[in-house]
Formats: sequence, structure tokens, C-alpha cells
Amino acid sequence: MDQVANFDLFASRLADRSEYFSAGHRACQGCGEALAVRLICKALGEETVIANATGCMEIISSMYPTTAWGLPWIHVAFENAAAVGSGVEAGLKALRRKGRIPNREVKTVAMAGDGGTMDIGLQALSGAMERGHNLLFICLDNEAYMNTGIQRSSGTPMGASTTTSPAGKLSYGQKTWKKNMPEIMVAHRVPYVATVCPSYPIDLLNKVKKAKEVKGPAYIHCFSVCPTGWRAASELTIALGRLVVETGIFPLFEVEDGKYRFTVKPDTLRPVKDYLKHQGRFRHLTPDVIEMIQQGVYHEYNKLQDKVDNLHAWSELRKKPHAR
Amino acid sequence: MAKRVGMEVAIAVAEAVGMCNVDVAAVYPITPQSHIAEHLSDIVADGRTDTEYVTVESEHSAISVVIGASGTGARTYTATSSQGLMLMHEILPIVSAMRLPICMAVANRAVSGPLNILNDHSDIMPQRDAGWIVMFTENGQEAIDLSIQSFKIAEDPEVMLPVAVNIDGFQLTHMVEPVEFPDQKAVSRFIPARKPYAMLHPDTPVTMGAFAMSDIYHEMMMVKDEVLKNSKKTILKVWDEWAKTFGRRYKPVETYRADDAEVLLVTMGSMGETAEVAIDELRKKKVSVGLVKIRLWRPFPFDEFRHVVRKAKLLIVTDRAVSFGGPGGPVHAEIKAALYHDKHRPAVHDYIIGLGGRDVRVSDFVTMVERAIKDRRKSAVKDYEFYGVRE
Repeated sequence: MDQVANFDLFASRLADRSEYFSAGHRACQGCGEALAVRLICKALGEETVIANATGCMEIISSMYPTTAWGLPWIHVAFENAAAVGSGVEAGLKALRRKGRIPNREVKTVAMAGDGGTMDIGLQALSGAMERGHNLLFICLDNEAYMNTGIQRSSGTPMGASTTTSPAGKLSYGQKTWKKNMPEIMVAHRVPYVATVCPSYPIDLLNKVKKAKEVKGPAYIHCFSVCPTGWRAASELTIALGRLVVETGIFPLFEVEDGKYRFTVKPDTLRPVKDYLKHQGRFRHLTPDVIEMIQQGVYHEYNKLQDKVDNLHAWSELRKKPHAR
Repeated sequence: MAKRVGMEVAIAVAEAVGMCNVDVAAVYPITPQSHIAEHLSDIVADGRTDTEYVTVESEHSAISVVIGASGTGARTYTATSSQGLMLMHEILPIVSAMRLPICMAVANRAVSGPLNILNDHSDIMPQRDAGWIVMFTENGQEAIDLSIQSFKIAEDPEVMLPVAVNIDGFQLTHMVEPVEFPDQKAVSRFIPARKPYAMLHPDTPVTMGAFAMSDIYHEMMMVKDEVLKNSKKTILKVWDEWAKTFGRRYKPVETYRADDAEVLLVTMGSMGETAEVAIDELRKKKVSVGLVKIRLWRPFPFDEFRHVVRKAKLLIVTDRAVSFGGPGGPVHAEIKAALYHDKHRPAVHDYIIGLGGRDVRVSDFVTMVERAIKDRRKSAVKDYEFYGVRE
């Protein structure tokens, strides 16, 4: 951990100084997503086209006639960022082949929130990944429908109180475990899948750069702290992004050619309570629910550890199976 | 003169599209559009056109893919029908608002429920207010010609709007008809590669599809209306050029033996040809009747329509969709709105016919005309009625 922390001191030197996502947009104070997008754009560089789903990011950045985007950018609707991105990729490919645009590699990137990725956008995403477009999809996961007023999504964590999974006399809030999107993407044989969080900027920059180089589909799941929706202090954005990794709730890892690897590995996991206690959305939780969440986090973490320890790269498995 | 060939209309439409140097096509198969989807992929697989064909997982993604591609400056095409068009519905007004010249064939089919795969116009009518140019075809030749013309109209810098070409499902898409294809070189001259107004490319980092609130949305909608209305000038220009180049002339409102007729039958789509035969039969019986066929549904050709019906005393409108709980059929409502301020206002009788593939024969048109004339004599013209309901 010390090593990672030291690296972060030099983050400003390692990141591109150019800004492709300008200040002056309308994000809330302490928005982890805006920070993530700023870093993502730095890692992507200017040879990029972005297709953005409806949601916080689109609303805060594109209020007509202003725009925060220094990169070519298109927004169409909520559930179709992956399909629009597929079309951008196909269009650039055809025009390049026909000599109507310069003969250069341009990366197409689609972005959506957790709802636009895991819920309403899942079909379009599955289609795009299955077809194998040269497309990087980035999920900006702030764990609920924040833009419409903090309603639960399938990315909302167990126990969180949202406006449609409220805590009450008969309820402790969200009653389901967060959908495992990276696993769903690995199951699509996506050659590069990774999780990132802007509280670990070097890790984020490295992974986005790596995903950009993939000549095919890639998926990055970005944990985006939302002080407004989580009822947390806005100055805690970076700290919460670190705590979620240190508790093992949101491990930072990558799956390259089917091979799992932790990129940030805490020596021991901190108790989930350390992360939950700063957030109003978890304030109502009783010790038994917190214990249930703790056990759930251990279970998921162990499953991931097992994959890291035991799964082989897909390229090592290209051989005839043993006879039984 | 090009050689006439016998060909299924859906196949002919795909062949025509294959002549148009389409950069990206995204098509999701649905009956009765599926032969367009299949044959276009054949043409791409054989290398007869240089097109990226994206095999999407839904119609919603089909229209979304062609939006993204059109944003890069590519010429784009899709085709759908019925439930597929309904699934696209959310995205259709966004295409016109973004001024993207996407061309689409609609193989018209009834919408569920109950599930029905046969022909009527209940799929395109709910898309009426999406801000697209919407045209209807009557036969295979028109389907070929309008499919090619649609790219030139859509991509014209004065227009930059999407175009939907309606081809009646089965009744037209699955008919084998004698058609002729224009010469490839002439088509390439007629529609050179698209010259986009803006392109999604790092050399021109534009923002497309921005967010707009009440301070500007209202004005944007007014512009959309103006642009769609103005597109008629370009449509007429393109049809004129088509007539000069390829010899076939198209008009927003077509007529058949209508000049001296007291009674005018109004159709839209493939039934026009059946109705023509009925007109001939009625004329033999000395009934003063003619036919008006609406080709251009949006922008609605108000002036042209008023002109062709200026001498008629009775209009018998046929509708192949229902505006439930409203004025009957949508075509009829449009026509009444067109005539409201006219000094000369003929009686208008609306028949709802041929829903869900119900056959409408020559004898049905004859019966409709005779019955409407009789009703008018008794001053018993109905606003609308469902024709041929089984008792």
C-alpha cells in the first residue's frame, strides 16, 4: 500500500497535462465521476471519440450551448451508449477504409452510469461486446440512479438506503447484492476487463491506456464516489474510494486474456464498517446487517482470490482436452 | 433502356440499397422485412458493396448504431417493421433532432396485440410526429426508386433529415414484380458519397446531442417543423432530377382519372393499384369517380392535396390504421384538417380497411364507393366506419 501511496505523489507528473474534460461543468462538489472522467480522458488522449449515455455525466457536461468536452462526443439516449459506440466504430472503420477520413487509429469509447450499463443498457452492451467491436466501454458506477434522485439500480450495494429502496421499519434498504458486471464481461470473452477508482489515479491511467491498446472490445468498471447520493461529506470522496478498496468491497483487479490479477492488494482487509460509517445511506444499518455485509464481502473477495490463484490465461488453454 | 426483371420486391429493395454506396447498415430481422435484411447481407458478403453490416441484437440498437455511424459522416441504412419500429420509437425523434440523414425501409405490418404479422399501417402511424420524411410506395419499381432517392433527399444540406420509405408488408415486399434497375454509374452520379455537415472525428471535436432546457428547446422544435416543411422543395427537386435522369416522375399526391370526378377515393400505399381497377369498373357504370394516392405523408402535401380535390363533392378516404377513441383513421383526420379553411369543402367519409392483412379486393372498393355515394344522398355520411367487419 505504501508503494501505491508514494506513486500517487507523482501522479501529476505522470498524467497528461492536456485537459479534454474542462472545468466549469455542473457536477456536484466532490463528484468522483467527474474526476474519473477527467483522468480517463487524459489516458485516452485526443485520438478518441466518446459515445455517452444519458445520465449525470451527460447532463453536467453538455448544457446547450456549452460543452465540457474537448474530444468528439455524442449523446443519444439512456440505454444505447454501447450501440451508438458500435455505430461510431463501424462508421470510422468504413470511412477510413474508403479514404474519406485520415488513415489513423481512432479509439471509440462508450460511457454510461451503473443504470445505463447494468440495468437498461445491459442488452446493448452485451450485443456490442459479443460482436467484438473495437470499443472500450466504461461504466461510471455511483451505485444508484443519481441523476433522477438516488433510486436503486442493480449496482446499488446491499443495505444502502435509496429513494426506491428506503430503510424503514420493515426494511434495511437494498436487499440484493450488487450485480457482478466484470464477470459478465469476462463471460463475453472480452480480452481486457478491469476495475478502477479515481482514488488510485495511476492504476486508473494505466488500465485505461492498456484498454485503449486492445484491438477489440474492452470493459472498465469505474467506482465513482457520489457524496450527494451517498449522503457523505464531499471532502471524503478520495478517502471513500480508498476505503472501498481497502475493505475489499471493490477490489482493483484486471482480467487480461482471461487471467485475473489484483493490481492493488491490501495486506489485510479493513472491516467494512470503516467504509460504511461515513455514509448516510448506511446509517440505519444494525450490527447484524453489517455482519451479513461483512460476510458477503469476504465471500466475494475469496471467490476473486480463487480466480486470481487458479485460473489460467485463455491462451494457455488452446490445446486438446485430456481424455478421461 | 434497362432490362426488366421479375424479382421479389424485398430483394429488389436490398439490390437498390446495394447500389447506393452505403457505408454502414444495421438491420435486425423481422417479418416481413427479413428478406431485405438477408439479401443486403448477401450483397455485402459477396463484396458487391463496401458496407459495414452490423448484426445488431435489437431494432433499438439498429437505429442507435446507424445514429453513431451517421454521426461520423457515414451514409447509413436500416430497415424494420411493426414491433421493431415500435421498439425504435424512442430514438426516432432524436435522429431528426440531430439532423442525421438515416434512410430506413419500413415493411408495414400490424402491431400487436394480438400478434399479427400481416400488412397494415399501424406501425408507421405512431411514428407520425417523429420529424422524419415519410413516403409510401405502391409497387416494386417505386420501392426501388424511392429507396435510392431517399439518400439524396436525406443528405441534401437543405434537408439533413431521416427518411422512411414505406413498403406494404407481404402485399408488396413478398410480391414478385417486373422491375428495372437504373444503371450503376448513373446511380453513383445521382448520389455521390455523403458530404456531412459535421463529423465525429478528433480533427473536428464536436459535441453532438447536447442537453437543452426550456430556454431553447421550444425554438429547436420550431426549427424542426420548419426544416421538415421546407424539405418538400428538395423532394420535388430530386424527383424532377430523377424524372430527367431515369424517366419516371413522382409527385407528392398522385391521381388516376381524377380531373373530372365528383367523387374521389383516397388511398396510401400498395392498395392504389387495386383501387385503380375499381375506378375503371365504376367508370364503366358511369360513376364519376377518380383516385387520389398520397405518396408523401410527411411533410404532408397540403397544397397539392387541396389542388387535386378542388372540384370533388365527396372524398372517400381509406385508412389502414386506427386512432382509437379519436377521429377514426389518421389519414382522414389529416385530410379534414387540410380542408377546414377551404371555401370548397367536400363531404369526407372514412373507411377503415384491411387491418392485420385483411384482403381488400376490387369489389370492396366498388362497394365502398357505391355505399358512400348512397349515404351522401341520404345526408348520412359517417365520420368513419370499419369496412367489412364480419358479423
